[in-house]
Amino acid sequence: MTTGAVVGLSLVLFVLGVIAFFVKRDLLTQFMAVEIMLNAANLAFLGLAQGAERLDAQVIVFLVMTVAAAEAAVGLAIILLVFRRKKSIASKDFRTLRG
Amino acid sequence: MPAFTLIPFAPAAGALVLFFFGRRLGRKAVSLIASAAVAVSLALSVVAFLNLLSRGASGPDVTIHRLFTWISSGALRVEAALRFDALAAVMTLVVSGVGLLIHVYSAGYMTRDRDVARYFACLNLFTFAMLLLVLADNLILLFVGWEGVGLCSYLLIGFWFEKPSAAAAGKKAFLVNRIGDAGFLLGILFLLVATGTTSFAGIDEAVTAGAITPSLAVCSALLLLIGAVGKSAQIPLSVWLPDAMEGPTPVSALIHAATMVTAGVYLIARMNVLYAFAPIAGQVVAWVGALTAVYAGTIALVQNDIKRVLAYSTISQLGYMFLGCGVGAYAAGVFHLFTHAFFKGLLFLAAGSVIHALSGEQDLRKMGGLRKHLPLTYPVFLIGALAIAGVPFLSGFFSKDAILVSAFSQGRWALGTLGLAGAALTAFYMFRLVFLAFFGDARLTLEAKTHLHESPPVMTWPLLILAGFSVLAGYLGLPLALGKNANLFFRFLEPIVPSAEGHLGRSAEWGLMLLSAASAVAGIGLAYLFYIRKTALPGRWAARRPGLHRLLLHGYHVDNFYGAVVVKPLIRGSEAVYRSFDLGVIDALVDGTGKAARFLGRAFAFLQTGWIKDYALAFLLGVTIFLGALLF
Amino acid sequence: MAADIIFWILAAVCAGAAGAMILVKNPGHSALLLVFCFSALGGIFGLLEAPFAAAIQILVYAGAIMVLFIFVVMMVDPRAGIPLEGRKRAKILGPAIGLVLLFELGTAVWRAFGRTSGPAASGAAGSPVEVGRRLFTEFIYPFEITSLLILAALVGAVVLGKKEQSEP
Repeated sequence: MTTGAVVGLSLVLFVLGVIAFFVKRDLLTQFMAVEIMLNAANLAFLGLAQGAERLDAQVIVFLVMTVAAAEAAVGLAIILLVFRRKKSIASKDFRTLRG
Repeated sequence: MPAFTLIPFAPAAGALVLFFFGRRLGRKAVSLIASAAVAVSLALSVVAFLNLLSRGASGPDVTIHRLFTWISSGALRVEAALRFDALAAVMTLVVSGVGLLIHVYSAGYMTRDRDVARYFACLNLFTFAMLLLVLADNLILLFVGWEGVGLCSYLLIGFWFEKPSAAAAGKKAFLVNRIGDAGFLLGILFLLVATGTTSFAGIDEAVTAGAITPSLAVCSALLLLIGAVGKSAQIPLSVWLPDAMEGPTPVSALIHAATMVTAGVYLIARMNVLYAFAPIAGQVVAWVGALTAVYAGTIALVQNDIKRVLAYSTISQLGYMFLGCGVGAYAAGVFHLFTHAFFKGLLFLAAGSVIHALSGEQDLRKMGGLRKHLPLTYPVFLIGALAIAGVPFLSGFFSKDAILVSAFSQGRWALGTLGLAGAALTAFYMFRLVFLAFFGDARLTLEAKTHLHESPPVMTWPLLILAGFSVLAGYLGLPLALGKNANLFFRFLEPIVPSAEGHLGRSAEWGLMLLSAASAVAGIGLAYLFYIRKTALPGRWAARRPGLHRLLLHGYHVDNFYGAVVVKPLIRGSEAVYRSFDLGVIDALVDGTGKAARFLGRAFAFLQTGWIKDYALAFLLGVTIFLGALLF
Repeated sequence: MAADIIFWILAAVCAGAAGAMILVKNPGHSALLLVFCFSALGGIFGLLEAPFAAAIQILVYAGAIMVLFIFVVMMVDPRAGIPLEGRKRAKILGPAIGLVLLFELGTAVWRAFGRTSGPAASGAAGSPVEVGRRLFTEFIYPFEITSLLILAALVGAVVLGKKEQSEP
């Protein structure tokens, strides 16, 4: 379990998240993909930290997770609202901001 | 702090109050505040004058009070300082005294106007600027007041600015004045460079000490004259004054008869030491004055608007003042300024009374027989006319005579003769006006006839007071023929403003007095002949000389000349520049920027598809490229 | 040694769950798969001698956030209106560039860590006590500010989630 392996896993996870974002067609699963990416980042933090410094990494991971939680709450509330309006969560239905 | 320093600031405060709050206060309050402010100035002026008298100094009695240092830059130092001496005393008394009477009169004349607050605010502002002008201790502060009265003149001439002719007249007055101001400013600069100071005391000292070369003195004197010519409407910058009659009549009385236009004369009198050192300049002043006096007098002969006659008359009388100063009789010029303020102010206000009575009619051809209907206005108008004509025992006679004596006593026969000719003209055209308006058959329009009424007391009391002064003021300046010390006015001014040298023999003086009286009577008599006895005569004369009549009616076509030679080329030139540069270059640049922005926007709009995936793609692309650049 | 094996197993579960999430059509299934993924990740955190992080990963991520997701999945009926049409260009390009990104990041990591074989877990464990102490001394500002953030999110979520008031 070398550092390289851990970070490698985090990379793979991140790119999987990216691919998921582009492949999926509804808002909810796209949001889930974002969560995957966040976790990948957390893993990278912990992986790159060595020794006692892992303490700082844990603190940062804690903060990231807090923010992710808040973001998830609000984001899901918005998705609910949007669903109530349009009766759909397909991302193709949310294109009104085109120039 | 001496009393005189507050003189300008009472009307300044009045103007401020009226500009900001005037609209909310009632009509009565506004006129009260304005008049009260001027009354305060008058009271202070009287106090300062009495102080001056009681001191009874033998030499020049000059008090200078420095308010603050205005400009201090390198070698240049300009103080904001006020100066009180005999000349300042005369001027402040005239400005605040006549000013107060006109403020009171305006309360009656302007009752029905809805912009009363603005009117009185401008009037107060004018009074402040004029007082500042006459109390200034140096040329630069004087110039501040000079510009201030010019501004107020513009504001008040164009008071009824919705009327295009009024707006145009205000603009014309300001622009013509500006030309004079350019010369004035150059003159100030010349003096500053030559003497290192702009204060009157400083310049006088430098000149008497011989610090200025004669040519420089002449140059600066002539440049200052240009400024005076502009402000006092002399040849060649007289064109604005007749048009300035578009303003309300009290404005014409105050600004264009009694005070602002006299600023030019004041300037020359103030700088008499300089002019004494530059005799050539003095000659020019005198000739400008004399020629203008006759020029304006001839034009006044055929004018049909009552105010225009008075306007040309003012130009003519100012010419007399210039004539007096030009021959070195500065005190005589100032004396005529003094008496002129009274009788010209009276004439204008009385004319206003007539116009008010006729519901706005100003054409002499539509008046007549008014002396039966205006029992107060007619007598005072008559007094004013007699005074200006130079009929003996009234003020105008004494002041005009003083000037003529000064001219002849120095052997300036040509100038003196012109002066006499002008006197005859004055008598004639003034009484033509009197006879046409007040005598004969009534030629009024129906509307005028139905509303014909005498003016209210608030308007007639100032008339009476001015009439009184028109009669009595002359006795302050009794001719020297009656004794060396008879002329109180001259003696008062002597330390600051000299009277002429040269002396006519006793008999010559009396003879001259008789001659000028005779010319006045002759003028009146001729007018009587033309307009009372043989009323067909003017018509026949005009018919037989149509060209001459037209020439005089249109003021020798000077306006047209200026229009063609100066105004039109300027307008065409500026239009060309406007089209080629302003529109073509600047607007093109600005519009071009806008067009470019819109073009770019449209060009890049394809990026905004609305799909979140596309945006995410853009992010991803960016990150990848960036990372790639970092790594490889 | 044992740690290595466990690590690779957990890593496989994690990556596999994430990959499966991409392929599965039903959002509910996707959410459950993610629960697996995050739990495995929690285990990896533990292996990395970050017990605090491991605990809160399970509690918060797998336990709270994903549960929220599942709630929403249930409220938003996914069976109705799953669109057939996607965005072809992005669908292809996105993953493609994503793979390029993977390659780049991999290169970066290889350059940094490829040769060395130092174990990831070494040194003193980061005990929760120590983490707590750090949080309340050095990182006190971020801590307090995140609490404000949570408050804001809370208020926001409540307000947004309210049923629409019908006008009387």
